[in-house]
Amino acid sequence: MKTKALKKTIYYIVVALIVVVFIYPFWWMVTNSLNSINEIFDKPSLLPKSWMWKNYIEIFLVQPFARHYLNTILVALLGTAGNVLISALSGYAFARLRFPGRSALFILLLTALMMPIEVTIVPMYFMMNKIGANDSLVPLILIPIFCSQGAFSAFMLRQHFITVPKELEEAARLDGLKPAGIFFRIMLPISVPVLSSAAILAFLSVWNMYLEPLVFVSSLDKFTLPLSLSNFNDTYGLPQWNLQLAATTLSVIPVMIFYLIFQNKISDAMVSSGMK
Amino acid sequence: MATRHSKLARGEALTGYLFIVPQMLGFIILVLVPLVMVFIYSFESRNLLFGNMGFTGLDNYKTLVEDDLFFLTLKNTIIFSLGVVPLNLVLSLALALYLGAASAGTKVVRSVIFLPVITSGVAWAIVFKYLFQGGDAGPINYILSFIGIEGPNWLHEKGWAMVAVVISRVLKNLGMNVLIFMGAVMNLPQDVLEAGRIDGATKPVLFWKIKLPLLMPSILMVMIVTVIGSMRVFDTIKLMTDGGPEGSTMVLVYYIYHQAFKTFNIGYASAVAVVLFLIVLLLTVIQWSLRRRASFYED
Repeated sequence: MKTKALKKTIYYIVVALIVVVFIYPFWWMVTNSLNSINEIFDKPSLLPKSWMWKNYIEIFLVQPFARHYLNTILVALLGTAGNVLISALSGYAFARLRFPGRSALFILLLTALMMPIEVTIVPMYFMMNKIGANDSLVPLILIPIFCSQGAFSAFMLRQHFITVPKELEEAARLDGLKPAGIFFRIMLPISVPVLSSAAILAFLSVWNMYLEPLVFVSSLDKFTLPLSLSNFNDTYGLPQWNLQLAATTLSVIPVMIFYLIFQNKISDAMVSSGMK
Repeated sequence: MATRHSKLARGEALTGYLFIVPQMLGFIILVLVPLVMVFIYSFESRNLLFGNMGFTGLDNYKTLVEDDLFFLTLKNTIIFSLGVVPLNLVLSLALALYLGAASAGTKVVRSVIFLPVITSGVAWAIVFKYLFQGGDAGPINYILSFIGIEGPNWLHEKGWAMVAVVISRVLKNLGMNVLIFMGAVMNLPQDVLEAGRIDGATKPVLFWKIKLPLLMPSILMVMIVTVIGSMRVFDTIKLMTDGGPEGSTMVLVYYIYHQAFKTFNIGYASAVAVVLFLIVLLLTVIQWSLRRRASFYED
């Protein structure tokens, strides 16, 4: 009896420890975003010292942070929409439509899954330069649509379409629907759960990408959030720590809220992509 | 009837091609072509400002094998992986096995531990740069001081900087592997475990002789995915240490970025990128052959 109680106690201590370790960085970020610069370098405390709410106003004044936010939303929305639409089309074709070369082409596409963007980004920079797309948001939208994230969505959606009962299509065909009609009027509507999983993964990957904007974007008004966060300096080039933390908090919070609402869906989707 | 059927099939094939054209076209232009080009660049003396200055054969690769800095980055990347991978695997497997069933506490852990996974690497690195500050102001050193340890100036001391980036990286991605392992543990065949228990297997025996072998396919898969992820590390390093101190945390991708976009040596950067590609390719081939074997077991 006693050992059982002890085991229970240890269990709750472990759980509590994990919670503290993983919540503390966020707690620290939020509380220090409300401090002055000097207070950040004081002894750590659990609550903000001077509650400087004006940090949250100032981040919009020292650089075009609102613009950076909008850029990120724009890139994430277009990148996600393009990713899901194009990979749904190809995923369906690879799963259900018969055409010569189907499996060979699919295997070829799968090579994109393993292709690190870090390997191909240098030539891509020259390509984008040639078509005048450098220092614009275009590469940031194209990469999640067609590079590894796009191939992953196609893979995921193909797996899904394979499991849809064939009878459904046959019935639709008897009703006179063509393949395109079957896809848009029947397959897409019944696939919303999988499509939304693919969308979540694509959205997060775009929201969080760093190397790509670092390489392709140079003017301040084209920055996305990850670039913006690492760019909080005062006029003398010294880092403005408290503003950086306030901006970081603002960039993290929407994703957090989204996660808290759709927790299981998001973690399931991420886990499936982690096993790819 | 036959012609009608073939007409249908032709229509279907046409729709098929139409449906895959956007994806395949984008794939060719943005994945295949750059991949071929990175190989070509690696044989050229190419500069970001002046473009291609001629085919130079294996010159870039000759420079590579004589470049101490390249071998340092390679070594650092391997050290980083050797830190991240075992720590991540042991911790995540231990947590998954320990927490096991879906009790209230486990549910809390599942959601909390996954928060860093969805957080951007940049945000996480920025916060950990502060947490690892030297002196008393750094929260981690502050906590260490309670147990009488005077923490180092983490990000500015050789050796410790690597430890700091490894820790922040492990904490960032741990949740992913914990969840994967939780799934694998849940799928363990209960009848086999039960049989083991009836035969009087002690807990250690149950773990080493039954659970671990059964979990091995998942462990290997997770391991390779984690190794590939560590080989590609960039944002953590760029933002926490910027490769320093004295290049002690400079890793492969950082070196590619630096050579290409800071010193403009596109040709040379491409040769380093080819090395990264070959490493990832090798790991992926291992991964795919393992998966084939794993799915063989599943059948």
